[in-house]
Amino acid sequence: MADEASVPINSDADIVAARQKGRALAAQMGFGSTDLTLIATAISELARNIVLYARRGEIVLKPAEDGQRRGMIVIARDEGPGILDIPQAMQSGYSTSGNLGLGLPGVRRLMDEFEIVSEVGKGTIVTAKKWKR
Amino acid sequence: MDKPRDQPTMTKAPVESTAALLRELVAHLRQNRTQLREEWARRITEAKLLMAMTKEEIFAEATSVYDNYVEVLETGSVEALEAYARDLSERIIPRGVETREVVGIVLLLRDVLARSLFAKYQGDFTLLNRILDAYEPAANRIANTVAVGFVQERERVIRQQQEAIRELSTPVLQVRERLLILPIIGLIDPLRARQLTEQLLRGIRTNRAKVVVIDLTGVAAMDSNVANHLVQTVEASRLLGATVIVTGLSPEIAQTLVTIGVDLMKMNTVGDLQGGIEEAERLLGYKVIPAVETDQQT
Amino acid sequence: MEVPILKQGQYLIASIQAALTDADLVQLRDALVQRVGKFRSRGVIVDVTALDVIDSFATRTLRDITRMIKLRGAETVIVGIQPEGAFSMVRLGLTLEGVATALDLEEGLAFLDRGTKGLGKETR
Repeated sequence: MADEASVPINSDADIVAARQKGRALAAQMGFGSTDLTLIATAISELARNIVLYARRGEIVLKPAEDGQRRGMIVIARDEGPGILDIPQAMQSGYSTSGNLGLGLPGVRRLMDEFEIVSEVGKGTIVTAKKWKR
Repeated sequence: MDKPRDQPTMTKAPVESTAALLRELVAHLRQNRTQLREEWARRITEAKLLMAMTKEEIFAEATSVYDNYVEVLETGSVEALEAYARDLSERIIPRGVETREVVGIVLLLRDVLARSLFAKYQGDFTLLNRILDAYEPAANRIANTVAVGFVQERERVIRQQQEAIRELSTPVLQVRERLLILPIIGLIDPLRARQLTEQLLRGIRTNRAKVVVIDLTGVAAMDSNVANHLVQTVEASRLLGATVIVTGLSPEIAQTLVTIGVDLMKMNTVGDLQGGIEEAERLLGYKVIPAVETDQQT
Repeated sequence: MEVPILKQGQYLIASIQAALTDADLVQLRDALVQRVGKFRSRGVIVDVTALDVIDSFATRTLRDITRMIKLRGAETVIVGIQPEGAFSMVRLGLTLEGVATALDLEEGLAFLDRGTKGLGKETR
């Protein structure tokens, strides 16, 4: 069965490492090629947020199970500054100019389930799941 | 229920905990494992269940289910049972075993075990009732878990098969070099929409298509979710270097697109499929010969 | 990791070989801009076939490349976006608006040869 993995995120090289690890695990779990890219892209975005805003954190990847469904969980964790206004962050998408923001709505669209917990001064945890079709 | 004042004392305390009762009953079920299992297998055959399996196979499965059943009664942990139910379902569904058979055999086991409890405790109605109070909820939960597990697995298999069928019916047509047509017919759900998108994008790459005509003549309406998929398909096609022409847009769909914020002026739309193909050919640099001339040639 | 940039006549072709870090992408951008100036190239092709994901940073950098090279009087076309990549990009909401795209190297060269006429893939 597929393993768990935890990738420390400290630099932009780790962004690539995390998404490649995610792709490999998802492939092991039997996800199709489109889903592999969706998952890898989501991990890339989440890992970059960690690098840009929290400097350090980790991406945890593990299998998910819910009754008959099997899938993958991606957890992006950091002890960074936290997000002050989560609803606002979930509204703003990518803009063509200037700050791209966190791109969280985009990540939510890539995955099947999405949850974010954040506290100013403490950190942020994003949990996203993708189920095999 | 009233307890008679002169009820003879028993070897156990009058008020047994559910746990203690379950322990006792598990011990009984283990002791009588061989004959209860055989009784059950016999009743399965009698009820003409699991006809798709041989006697040996039925007995082997009966043994596993029995042992799992007793273990769940003992530990109260349903996870092992769920895992077993999933595993069992994965194995027997391809054999053609039906839901009613699976539900049937689990209920038969429940009956066989209950009868043996009646037989054992028939001398003490009070104790029998307490034993049943402990047994019934556990037994019912087990029956439920196995049945639900089976049904879910079946549904998953059916979904997989449906998907495979959808994949096979590739609707992407190459009509000319570098030109693809994707006629969409009927109701599209988000799952089907995504599948069509993937097939189209792969088709663009395989056929090196430069123009794609997506024909919506056969689609009366679509909800905003599917409309979003359509827009994404157009954008994704462009990223692969293909121009998309949308044809057969009904007023309803046009309205839905406007509602989700699409600027129809920016979308390449043509009234009908024929017109769309001609526009595509024009873009590709083909010279379109009017029908009149061809008639003259015959 | 440095991306190899080939000069083919008046065009530059950058072939991305594998996953690039954000720093690599910025380096590619700067290298292209510098070489367009040096060789007075008329067009640039960036082949992203081997790029594992095209995320928000990659998209922004590709747009930056297009814009900066335009300032030097040259056209850019991005080629080799795969179906899975295109699908993720549009789901993420990245459309590469204002950036020309083509299926592959062959189409990219044809596009540059035509100038910006014909089947222009820039979003109107």
